[in-house]
Order: sequence, then structure tokens, then C-alpha cells
Amino acid sequence: MSSLLAAVFLIGGVTFMLIAAIGLLRLPDLYTRMHAITKAGTLGIGLVLIGVAISFADLSVSTRAAAAILFVLLTAPVSAHMIGRAGYLGGIPLWEGTMFDHWNGRFEELDRNLDATEANARERTRSSDEAPTEPA
Amino acid sequence: MPSIDGPLLWAVYITLALTSLSIGAALVRVVRGPSLADRIIALDLVAYLAMGFLGTYAVLVDQEMYVDAVLVLALLAFLGTVAVARYIERIRSGEGIVEP
Repeated sequence: MSSLLAAVFLIGGVTFMLIAAIGLLRLPDLYTRMHAITKAGTLGIGLVLIGVAISFADLSVSTRAAAAILFVLLTAPVSAHMIGRAGYLGGIPLWEGTMFDHWNGRFEELDRNLDATEANARERTRSSDEAPTEPA
Repeated sequence: MPSIDGPLLWAVYITLALTSLSIGAALVRVVRGPSLADRIIALDLVAYLAMGFLGTYAVLVDQEMYVDAVLVLALLAFLGTVAVARYIERIRSGEGIVEP
């Protein structure tokens, strides 16, 4: 019975992984591909590792599988966000069917904001560095 | 020699086959991908698929230690992706260009 359950989880997980790989091949631009791999890849990994834990039926394996699932659930959105941000700021084009692009045409503003933030931070650290050395 | 039988053995064989197929598909994207970020997310998916492959292989050969390898691979995939994302942003702002 438990082996049948494990088999169902394995097949379900690998189905999601296959969908993720097909999405990676077929979708039109970087952002839609990223959506495919982070959602489907994470869910696929989760289901496969749950299947592994069930088939071993051992506390130490279950704990390690749960730790791996938790780690992937925590880190996949972070890495996807960073890659998407780097790609967008690097000017990778969006698919022509994209409906909403909230930063469209305001690239300069975004750049200036980022530069201003960095300059502010630099100014702040410099003034805090120099403050003690200034004569009273 | 596999230590399991019945539907679980078939599920493991199907999972290994489809995971290998998916790794091949993701590698096609690594070769074709128009930008560096496309290649990086394709390699991210390859890491996820390798994690699934290793976990399934642990079931096939009944060895627990492959589950540890899954954990290590998850850590390496995350660190690599974050490092390359930072690198792409630095290329854009010109910081990545090292003056000789």
C-alpha cells in the first residue's frame, strides 16, 4: 500500500518536472520560462522527495527529504527573483504579447532611483566614517 | 539488483527515464538560449532534475546516502544561481569589467 502511494507521488512529481522542461523549451521569453521552471520544478521536486520519504519509511531519510523540500521552497523564489531582476535591468526584451510592464519607458527613472539610493548609502557611510575625524 | 518490485519499480523506471528526457530538453535550452540568463535558468532546472534523479535512484538501489547528495545539490544550485545573477547585474553597471 505504501509502495503504491510512493509510486503515485513519484509519477506525479516527474510529470511536473516534464511539464517544466517542456515549458522551458516552448515558452517565448525569459520571464515566462522562469515562471515555468520555478513553479513546476519546485512542486516536482517536492512530490518526488515525498515519494522517496514514503518508500524508505525511515525517520532519518524523511527528515533529510523534508529539509531538502524546505530548502528548495525557500530558495527557488529568491533565485528566480534575482535572475529576473538582473535580466530586466539588463534589458532582455519581453514577449510581444505581454500585457503589463509597469516599468515600461521609465528605465531612466529606475536607473536614477537606484543610483540615488547607492549614492545616498555611500554618502551616509562616508559621513559616518569622516565624522569622528573632523575637528570640533 | 533493485530491492523493490511491483508498481514502485515501474514508477522508479518511468521517473528515471522521464527525468533523463527532461535533462536533455533543458540542455537544448542551454545551447540555444539567446541570453545568459536563459542559460542560467536552464541550468537551474537541470540541477532540480538531477535532485529528482538522485532521490529516485536512492529508492532504486536502497542507499540512503543519495538523499544527502540531494541536499548538497540544492545548496550548490542556489549559490550558483545567486552568484551569476549578481554577476549579470555587475556586467550591466560596468563593475564586472576588470581593468588590467
